[in-house]
Amino acid sequence: MEKIPILRMGHFLLVTIQVDLYDRLAVNLEADLVQMVNKTGARGVLIDISAVSIVDSFMGRIIGNIANMSKILDAETVVVGMQPAVAITLVELGLPLQGVFTALNVERGMELLRNRIDLDLNPEDDDDDAISDAD
Amino acid sequence: MMTTQLVTLTKDRMVVKLEQDVVPFRNRVKEHATKIGMGLVNQTKLITAASELSRNMLRYAGGGEVLIEVVSKGRENGIRLTFSDKGPGIEDIKKAMQDGYSTGKSLGLGLPGTKRLVSEFDIKSVPNQGTTVIILKWKNG
Repeated sequence: MEKIPILRMGHFLLVTIQVDLYDRLAVNLEADLVQMVNKTGARGVLIDISAVSIVDSFMGRIIGNIANMSKILDAETVVVGMQPAVAITLVELGLPLQGVFTALNVERGMELLRNRIDLDLNPEDDDDDAISDAD
Repeated sequence: MMTTQLVTLTKDRMVVKLEQDVVPFRNRVKEHATKIGMGLVNQTKLITAASELSRNMLRYAGGGEVLIEVVSKGRENGIRLTFSDKGPGIEDIKKAMQDGYSTGKSLGLGLPGTKRLVSEFDIKSVPNQGTTVIILKWKNG
């Protein structure tokens, strides 16, 4: 059976979807990814969909699920490389991809993930706010 | 009096019985859309709509048949898809066409979202006999 490879790179997991997904493949990817986040303690998941020509409501839901599940496991998800025609179609379809970060390409996606994790590692700024609020 | 009529140029049929049939079906629709010179954005909308409807057919009716037609009206060409199944039918079509309504576990975007993606949309359903959904996407529409 086909499987979509998940690569580990430092704190991140990378997935490049190179085939048109049918439902079973997408559901398996969801399960595999969440398990990998748990197993590796990854802090970020980057999904490259530049080769995907169709994202329908099911596929959109899977992407949303992956982001939400990873979030619970303390990892951020970023989807990169969406084709313009896919973006136009998603918006008309009414699928907002809530809770999912997006970036134009892999490079910017990695940068976004790094920034998010840096923020998490330096929480002092938040504490300052909390103290001034309490005054 | 002159009226421009809708003419069917080619007909193609495909059975969608299994989940794995969806990708080849989408590819077939893409082939036809490419042949009439439909642009990438309209193609993507049409194929996404086709994907939604074929999934509905699989989930609620155990599959069905799709008629793929290249049609023409005046100078405009388009693709018309007719999805027919012999499933349980839809009890309340008005409700099914509302955003966010679903009897299954989906987001309930399938039917109303699909309608937004195509030029023409028609649905007929008879409880216990089946559902027919017809969508049409003009090459430039």
